[in-house]
Amino acid sequence: MRKRSQRLWLIGAAAVLLTGAGALAVVGLQGAVAFFQSPSDIAEKGATSFKQSLRVGGLIEVGSQKHEDGGKLLTFTITDGKHTVPVVFEGIPPDMVVEGKGVVAEGRFNEKGVLVADRVLAKHDENYMPKEAYEALKRASDGDEQSTYAKEPTT
Amino acid sequence: MIAELGHLLAFLALAAAVGQSVLGLTTGGDAVRRLAFACGMFATLAMVTLIISFVRLDFSVALVAENSHTLKPLIYRIAGAWGNHEGSMLLWCMVMAGYGAAGAVFMREGALRDRALGVQGLLTTGSFAYLLFASSPFTRLTDPPFDGGGMNPLLQDPAVALHPPALYLGYVGMSFVFSLAAAGLINGQIDRDWARRVRPWALFAWSSLTVGIALGSIWAYYELGWGGWWFWDPVENASFMPWLVSAALIHSLIVTEKRGGMASWTVFLSVLTFILALLGTFLVRSGVMTSVHAFATDPTRGLVLLFGLSIAGGAALALFAWRAPTLKAGPEFDPVSREGALILNNLFLAVAAALVLVGTVTPMILQWLGESGVISREAASLSIGEPYFQLTLAPMVAVLLLFMPLAQAAPWRKADLNPLLKWLIPAAIAAVAGAMVAMALGGWGVWLGFGVLVGVWVVVGVGQDIFRRLGPGGLGRVFRLPLTVWGMAIAHIGVGIFVIGATVETATRSERTFPLRTGEIAEMAGWTFQFQNLEQVEGPNYSALRANILASHDGRTEIIQPETRTFQVARTSTTEVAIRKTIGGDVYVALGDQLREDPSAWRVRIAYHPLIDWVFGGAGLIAVGGFMSLVARLRRKAPAEKPADEPAADAPPVPASAPA
Repeated sequence: MRKRSQRLWLIGAAAVLLTGAGALAVVGLQGAVAFFQSPSDIAEKGATSFKQSLRVGGLIEVGSQKHEDGGKLLTFTITDGKHTVPVVFEGIPPDMVVEGKGVVAEGRFNEKGVLVADRVLAKHDENYMPKEAYEALKRASDGDEQSTYAKEPTT
Repeated sequence: MIAELGHLLAFLALAAAVGQSVLGLTTGGDAVRRLAFACGMFATLAMVTLIISFVRLDFSVALVAENSHTLKPLIYRIAGAWGNHEGSMLLWCMVMAGYGAAGAVFMREGALRDRALGVQGLLTTGSFAYLLFASSPFTRLTDPPFDGGGMNPLLQDPAVALHPPALYLGYVGMSFVFSLAAAGLINGQIDRDWARRVRPWALFAWSSLTVGIALGSIWAYYELGWGGWWFWDPVENASFMPWLVSAALIHSLIVTEKRGGMASWTVFLSVLTFILALLGTFLVRSGVMTSVHAFATDPTRGLVLLFGLSIAGGAALALFAWRAPTLKAGPEFDPVSREGALILNNLFLAVAAALVLVGTVTPMILQWLGESGVISREAASLSIGEPYFQLTLAPMVAVLLLFMPLAQAAPWRKADLNPLLKWLIPAAIAAVAGAMVAMALGGWGVWLGFGVLVGVWVVVGVGQDIFRRLGPGGLGRVFRLPLTVWGMAIAHIGVGIFVIGATVETATRSERTFPLRTGEIAEMAGWTFQFQNLEQVEGPNYSALRANILASHDGRTEIIQPETRTFQVARTSTTEVAIRKTIGGDVYVALGDQLREDPSAWRVRIAYHPLIDWVFGGAGLIAVGGFMSLVARLRRKAPAEKPADEPAADAPPVPASAPA
């Protein structure tokens, strides 16, 4: 009897906890994820149609980096070779965020269709391209053999 | 010659490991011990030869040519030996064989030692086979270059040089806990004695893992240049999951040791921890995800790792399924008791690990489904970040912390909740007061108030518990409290301090970017910064732009010098931030880029990170507490058979009566 009630209590506690955790995970997964989009995806649907946080990958267009608002903001354009997405980032990005290199920006679009990034990711290594950046270039160049952008990411 | 010697030593280690596993799993005896010791020696010497090659810059060794450079300072030449895939695999093998050798030296003779060394021998054999046949660090170049390829400059840093060894002591240490669990299952002997002998190994591995994770986090904080210390990045989560599960393990081992209960669960956790450590290695090494710090990735290696993971995990779980029904259940206890509290601890830690696992692998699974065309590419590519982990883990951590002081004070078998709660009223008052103060100062955020509430509750509650254990002797008895009690208390206070620091830092840190010309002034967090000038500085293997900034605070002024370093060989640059510590937190200054529209101005990012030292200090206390418990364990003599119902020697009843 004691043994059984002990086990019942344990199973009950675990069940309650697992249900709660499962519910939390579901809520968390729905509300807190950022879907990845390539510049072409965004061009197709229109930037302002994206309400939630998302990740955009590609290359930083050469000559596109600028400072605005007296130097407080960094703006640049992400390209996949076909379409571009304007990005604004407040602050100083990681060291490897360089024109012509792969980058992933995470944030939301404002009403002007500019991606307000709260995170900008690059790789530690000059040769390596972030997976999403590579993916965007590959998507854009599908069926386009001459594309010079899409090459395998290397370590 | 030296590389060939290393190669030979690695083969000798492999041979010793094979012998160790065969004998350990069959006849046993003293030969197993000697072989395990020899294996550890050979592996260590192999690592030493590789380090010598790195120090002597022997560019005829392919690994040295790829990863070192004549301009590199000595300490990073040494660390360079494990700052790459092949070298770190050798380190892995060395640590694994080293645990076997340590087991041979420290464990007393018997079936548990023989079988554990046998299983460890199997794991070591697998690791060395992988090292020698798939990623040998000793490969020679027929045509050696004049100079090497250099090391990733971001890794040229003391914290991250020590990060892999500490992390591996933790990760790979779980292999020995795994071996002990498998040995116990094979012998059909998972009992109080087994738990008592496993616990030091689990404590050591867990504490080392804590140190390793903390070093990585500190490095990320100052080296990646944007002041974050945890990104919920898959690589970080990969180390966090085994940490959570092994934290559960060291608690369930207490129940098994003291009460003989939870035996099968404890064994399950021992197996699970190592599986998660392997999974973590797989995630980091295979390149299946985008991470800010995935180094040395290669998909084919990932497949091999996944294969090894399935074999080791599958075999152990099968062994577990076969033997677990024979394990005896412990004595009865009331839900409200120390056993009950420790079970709750385990449930919450395990579920927290599961939530991290879900958040970490979901994007990878979806991506894989997308690539194989099962779901659309759109739905397949998502990333899960901080909001998910904050939402799901904060409640888990909160409940864990709420129960912590209660668990420490509750007696075994049956506790009375009412006096316990009454006794903790001071902690509750302090917690509410602390939360109010934090919210008044840092803005009325829910997370902030909640985090500080549970953190203060733990710190004060654990402090109360120490005073209760001191009894009427008061502070005079401070040195007479058992070291285990101190270990537990310090680790728990570390958790409280960490949670306070983490929530305050996350909720109230501030940062701004200022474009500054010579003589211009920026103000932030009570500091003023005057940009003096910029100079070019030459380092051993880099050239740097260094800003001289006059920082004033409370009438004191000093020059601070943030830098950007450009490494010629690797053609990359890194940010060296200038950090000034104050009582309330860190002032963090990073030199950015030149203003494009006005080349006379430089962008300087100034941030304030309140209570950041509490984050790292809390983590440090957790590790210190773990090591103290370990030392306490080692100092305790082999126990005479203790009665199952230990009297209140280390836990007098609540409220404080008069213990002897």
